[in-house]
Amino acid sequence: MDEILKITDLYVRYHTDDAVVHAVNGVNMVIHKGEAMGLVGETGAGKSTTALSVLGILPAKVGQIEAGRIEYNGKDVSKMNKKELRAMRGKRISMIFQDPMTSLNPIITVGDQIMEMLTLHFKHLSHQEKEEKVDRILKLVGIPAERKNEYPFQFSGGMKQRVGIAIALICEPDLLIADEPTTALDVTIQAQILQLMKELKEELNTAMIMITHDLGIVAETCDSVSVMYAGEIVETGTVEDVFERKNNHPYTQGLFNCIPKLDAEEERLTPIEGFVVDPTHLPCGCKFHERCPYATERCEKELPGDYQRGTHKMKCFRYEQWGKETSGNE
Amino acid sequence: MSKKKVKEMEEMAAQANMSQMGLIWHRFKKNKLAVIGLIALCVLILVCFTSPIYLNYEKVITQDLLNAYKSPSRDHILGTDMYGRDLLARMLYGGIYSLGSGLIVVAAALVLGVLFGSIAGYFGGKIDTIIMRFIDIFMAIPALLMTMTLVVVFGQSIYSLWLAMIITQFPGLARVVRASIMTIRDSEYVDAARIYGAPVGKILIKHILPNGIGPVVVSATMMLGSVILTIAGLGFLGIGIASPTPEWGTILSEVKDYIRYYPYLGIIPGVAIGISVLCINFVGDGIRDALDPRTKK
Amino acid sequence: MSKTLIEVKNLTKYFDTPKGKLHAVEKVNLKIGEGETLGVVGESGCGKTTLGRTMTRLVEPTGGEVLLDGKNILNLQGKAKNEIYHSIQMVFQDPYSSLNPRLSVGNIIEDPIKTMGPKMPKGELHDKVLELMDVVGLQPRYYNTYPHELDGGRRQRVGLARALALEPRFIVCDEPVSALDVSIQAQILNLLMDLQREKNLSYMFITHNLFVVKHISDYIVVMYMGQVVEYAAKKELFTNPAHPYTKALLDVIPQPDLSRRNRKKKILYGEVSSPVNPKPGCRFAPRCPYATSKCTGGEIPLTEVGPNHVCACTLYE
Repeated sequence: MDEILKITDLYVRYHTDDAVVHAVNGVNMVIHKGEAMGLVGETGAGKSTTALSVLGILPAKVGQIEAGRIEYNGKDVSKMNKKELRAMRGKRISMIFQDPMTSLNPIITVGDQIMEMLTLHFKHLSHQEKEEKVDRILKLVGIPAERKNEYPFQFSGGMKQRVGIAIALICEPDLLIADEPTTALDVTIQAQILQLMKELKEELNTAMIMITHDLGIVAETCDSVSVMYAGEIVETGTVEDVFERKNNHPYTQGLFNCIPKLDAEEERLTPIEGFVVDPTHLPCGCKFHERCPYATERCEKELPGDYQRGTHKMKCFRYEQWGKETSGNE
Repeated sequence: MSKKKVKEMEEMAAQANMSQMGLIWHRFKKNKLAVIGLIALCVLILVCFTSPIYLNYEKVITQDLLNAYKSPSRDHILGTDMYGRDLLARMLYGGIYSLGSGLIVVAAALVLGVLFGSIAGYFGGKIDTIIMRFIDIFMAIPALLMTMTLVVVFGQSIYSLWLAMIITQFPGLARVVRASIMTIRDSEYVDAARIYGAPVGKILIKHILPNGIGPVVVSATMMLGSVILTIAGLGFLGIGIASPTPEWGTILSEVKDYIRYYPYLGIIPGVAIGISVLCINFVGDGIRDALDPRTKK
Repeated sequence: MSKTLIEVKNLTKYFDTPKGKLHAVEKVNLKIGEGETLGVVGESGCGKTTLGRTMTRLVEPTGGEVLLDGKNILNLQGKAKNEIYHSIQMVFQDPYSSLNPRLSVGNIIEDPIKTMGPKMPKGELHDKVLELMDVVGLQPRYYNTYPHELDGGRRQRVGLARALALEPRFIVCDEPVSALDVSIQAQILNLLMDLQREKNLSYMFITHNLFVVKHISDYIVVMYMGQVVEYAAKKELFTNPAHPYTKALLDVIPQPDLSRRNRKKKILYGEVSSPVNPKPGCRFAPRCPYATSKCTGGEIPLTEVGPNHVCACTLYE
């Protein structure tokens, strides 16, 4: 049994003054030990919300898990007590945030911020041992150990993101959630960070959820992909399943078509028609039917189930012949 | 569909197609205290400012010693003071001076504040430095000292009081205006207007001020309360509006020797000042919250 | 290349900072033909935005000329200056901060015409605005809505309609699709290209996104720390990149293609520093795998490496 994280039928809502936002609508997901999964989708697809629910850090009072189970190492997270939860967060599951400028505390030295994680989760270590661990992780993420006494403002964007990675990895977690870790960075720096994450993942055998809107990043760094649209996972499979581009959900297909190609000439792009659905007013049936070129009357009324062939799963009637999901046989 | 859901949908439909001002009003309405404050304030202003129509000013200042110290009765709803003048009439007339002075001072301070603040904020550099240093100097003079000086120079009159209050109040607003304009000055829609050749005046009036005026309106409202209090305070000290003109602070000052025996003489102007300032502050809070969508509960 | 519309000569912009002079744009020379798109690529701090803002006169350059139809537009006054406002417009990056939140869509689009355009009666102005909205694909029902009610894609269309209101010939597009979702990005790119064909517009398209620049441009300049390091026709640049920086950029962008997954990437180490009091020579040298002592000697000129293809690198001297 090497399932680290299992999410079953997760529903998350945000209750604001004016409306109810249906952020996540029935997400199923399994992450295995050492696996890197790309979670792809556009703004408001529910990617970050899914991640925040796993860590149990949804915005208080506003965000609520309405239904569903999140299991970490076979244990239901909602049944954990405070101590177990705290041990899970940060130590067993950690997160890298999008904006390295705001995710670090500006008035604490970088070394101390990394050290804090050890103080919280490895109380038995001596100060000497902790110092050594910090030096080791800094070297691993490519920061000279003597810079640990500097403050975040003395670091560039790429360097700050390295610090973020060091903080996330110092406790050697089983699962790392990276929420758009390179979106705020330049192309050449992005390449450095992605390379670093790939190497570290292999070295520490950490499972990873890479949240991104960039299919290119998924192709380079992940083993499997889940594509999200309007709070649902519409397609999931290994990178080979998805990037082979023989069988794709119409939305995934649309995303591929939107990206201009570097190696071929093309006159026009084929955009996805229409606009991203409003998560306060979700349509009936398939959430994508309004923008789908293949939509039939049935798509407007009925919600498609998950159809599966091998490792490739699809939420679309066009793949009905694949047969319903075979349960518990992942 | 549940009732709540229907209501939600109606509300959303109402919110779409609403201008920014409409949205702000919509949020303001949700704040009960602010709405009550606004209504109370409007009624107070209306009643006071129309009093010359139904009251004779002569009655307000003419002494009638035979009727002095009358407790509230049918003829004199709030009773009479030590000179036999009807207190209700004096209070209503006094409202014109108290609230009116406050409004005039704040309006003038707003004009000056917006003028100097926007010039300093928009152009920056040397112009900014010069204007702001002058403003710093004005800010360093206490209102009391300024009023006393002007009263000495120009004599005790309502105009000296106004001038002193305007001079001491506008620098604060100018600072708020400047700060707010500096944040908007470099936004892309202002750049866009520059690119299609809009002149500075038009950029300020159409694109910058409407977006930056929010915090200024809030400060001005809050200032109105403190100005009314200060004017009353100065009146009480005898260097504000002079007796027998019935300004609320002056009324309070006149009766101070008799309060022990006739407490209602002090309570009534005191309560009037208190309630108006309280209402103004409620309205100010309401505007502030309505302007900032993030202050939602 | 078609008839030249815009020519930039030796354009330079320095900013004074407490640490010294920041060389944001250094002696840039460019040409943009009628109906053509020049893509400007580079990472943050390479001076591409400052370059665009200088062309639209938002920033006063330290030196150099910007010629429109052969006339320098930087020292014009009075009426001639106003004509520039008709010819050169800009589309901004952030669809959230580039529209005045207090004005309705109709008011935003009519404002340039009211300010600079020909005087016209109210009804005619209204029709003109509706026509512009139609051109950028906005339904008339949005005339009275406010920016906060629109999504990013529609806002960007409003920004585009505003830029088109004075019927310009040249539009500076500063990262116009970077803030949009991929599916919306494609819609806006298609719209920009359709408009170009219909109205014979010229674009300067500033972006860090190589996919986008490849799609929309005819010619591309690559900038690094304020200097042009390479200039070429699109196809030439993507098939034969010459400068080590361009090569590295093309090599490291993640593509949705598994065949590139396990190749050995030439990752550039180090980071872009800001060009404050830069040393003479190639500014890319500290990160360049091919750097020699020659690179830090003196100024490195753009040399011809192919047809319509120049590059500033000692490898090609």
